[in-house]
Amino acid sequence: MKLYDVTDLAVRNLRESVFRNSLTTIGIAVGVASLVAMLSLGIGLQQLASRRLQKSGLFDTVVATSRRDLRNFREQREDGPPPANSPALDEGARQKIEHLPGVVEAYPDIRFVTEVRFEDKPHLTMVAGVPFSAKNNNDAFDGMQGSFFSSEAVPEVILQRSFAEELLGITPKPGADSTNIAELAKPLLGKELTMRYAERTELPSSVEAAGAAAYSVVSRQQVLKIVGVTDLDPESMRGAARARVFLPLKLAQSLHVMQPSETRDPSFGGTPTFTSISVRVKDPNQVPAVEDEIKKMGFSAFSIVDATRSMRQFFAVLDVFLGIFGSLALAVASIGIVNTLVMAILERRREIGIMKALGASDADVRGLFFAEAGAMGLIGGAAGVALGWTIGRIINFGTNIYLQRQHFPQAEIWSVPAWLVLGAIGFSIVVSLLSGLYPAARAARLDPVQALRYE
Amino acid sequence: MDGSSQSSLAIRTENVCRHYQMGQALVRAVDGISIDIRAGEFVALLGASGSGKSSLLNLVAGLDRPTSGAVIVQGNNLAALSREELAKYRLHAVGMVFQSFNLIPSMTLLENVELPMRFAEVDRHERGELARQSLARVGLGERLAHRPMELSGGEQQRASLARALINRPKLLLADEPTGNLDSRTGSEIMELIHTFNHSLGMTVLMVTHEQALAEKYAGRMAHLADGKLIDDLPNTPAAPASAPPGGTQ
Repeated sequence: MKLYDVTDLAVRNLRESVFRNSLTTIGIAVGVASLVAMLSLGIGLQQLASRRLQKSGLFDTVVATSRRDLRNFREQREDGPPPANSPALDEGARQKIEHLPGVVEAYPDIRFVTEVRFEDKPHLTMVAGVPFSAKNNNDAFDGMQGSFFSSEAVPEVILQRSFAEELLGITPKPGADSTNIAELAKPLLGKELTMRYAERTELPSSVEAAGAAAYSVVSRQQVLKIVGVTDLDPESMRGAARARVFLPLKLAQSLHVMQPSETRDPSFGGTPTFTSISVRVKDPNQVPAVEDEIKKMGFSAFSIVDATRSMRQFFAVLDVFLGIFGSLALAVASIGIVNTLVMAILERRREIGIMKALGASDADVRGLFFAEAGAMGLIGGAAGVALGWTIGRIINFGTNIYLQRQHFPQAEIWSVPAWLVLGAIGFSIVVSLLSGLYPAARAARLDPVQALRYE
Repeated sequence: MDGSSQSSLAIRTENVCRHYQMGQALVRAVDGISIDIRAGEFVALLGASGSGKSSLLNLVAGLDRPTSGAVIVQGNNLAALSREELAKYRLHAVGMVFQSFNLIPSMTLLENVELPMRFAEVDRHERGELARQSLARVGLGERLAHRPMELSGGEQQRASLARALINRPKLLLADEPTGNLDSRTGSEIMELIHTFNHSLGMTVLMVTHEQALAEKYAGRMAHLADGKLIDDLPNTPAAPASAPPGGTQ
């Protein structure tokens, strides 16, 4: 039989028992919808997590530290010189690192503990410099109140939520969800605070002792305008120090604040050195190579690139599980197809007998039942994708309302890529055809004499 | 076998048997029947219920396979054909009509008559015209769009005849074609079958238990009992111009 005739007869047969076939098709649609819903949730969460993690800088960042740093003395490394002979982590080293292949930027991590005065009250906190590039690639500033620094070296400051609370004298109730960040920011934005810090200044050469570098520490203060209040600690994933006040990195550098590394370094080099340098790499896959290059230069380097592998593994497992749960509904639906088609054989036993008596081959009869199963799979699959997509939009909408109420930024936890749409319809057709295997074979083998025996 | 005698021989069964196992009992539905039917003959198979006439017809129709013996139709031993070849044989070589008409209730008459052409992969533009002609020939030219249930028994059987002839088979097998019809309508159907036998030269093998009908239309009457052929007699049909083209045994 020609394909047109098989399709035509199959559609005619489906229309004959439209109620039963519709129920079966709805069963398939629900199965496909649950599969699509589960997988698109998995994919959406994975994309959300990768986006967040990428922005967190966790996976594309290598942190370089000096091997002179006393904290690194325990590490017994075979590659590179011993700590005493290793180079200093200064501006020259930063520029060299920045020119390594695959490196987007390398900036010093400037952080120091200092006193900040607000409305004449002193507060002690950790201050950190934030590169201007963080505006676009750091999720810490996503849900921020106010705005990011207006330019690279302006005397502006972004406060971390807990520090903002401290400035206003608010103590969040333990356990309770913290204060509304928008309300927290309102009285602070645009206000000024004064930061006192220790500036490291070079001594005039006359004071310098022969062959030794010398510097003095001068107490200074800087007035800073509050431009933003952020919910997250932007650096929390990168270092142990919890900074609560953020300055533009260029400003922080120009202040020549005395760095802890400068006192830790027993050689007291003449040029200022950095505690650590953050190196942002173009592609997470290049991280190990950059790490090696930095080590070759005589510095210590570390990254958390392995964590991505674990994350991908986690999501692969999650997708498999969600897929299995989603497929369960489709499996139940496939039993519905078998049932419907077996019922159809019983009901159309005589019709099959007639067709065989008229000259229909086994293949014709088999093809007809296959086409019916396939058509139910196609219609059910398409309807299921539409249903799954709708469910997804509703869940996403609901989640975002919840997130908004909790003062979290909106998020797309739902993603239905084209391959999922086509894959789900294809899978639905394949499952339906598999379900049609047994009924089709049974119909094809039907003995026409038995089928035509007078009832 | 020489070519000329072979060409005039439409059906030959050689000691054909069809036995069924029913629980412990062996049912000998057809038990060693040998019969030759020439092309263009009109043969009536007569006998009581359970005599094996329908079983024999099913063997000749290629709907069933013999337990032993051979059924040779137009030179093909049906027992040796594959399922696929048997389906082709049913499609092109035989047309069948049944007591209960066996039209598909969900299809119109036109669609019912078109159905065998779908299996034969006849072009769909051609099919409609051929089916219309075939239905017009049996007097149902005005009933194309009707469903079987909207028609009388006689009309349904005529549609079934139109369908049986649509792929131009040489052999018409009829299983109690008038069994569900009143005598007047039954006669109409028999007249049609008689016409096909004469005008188209079709070989007709008809199962019936109505001796009178057989006597009126058939050129030969074979009586069966308990799966055996008990007699096979030539008949001079009462119907006009119904002398079989071939001789009788």
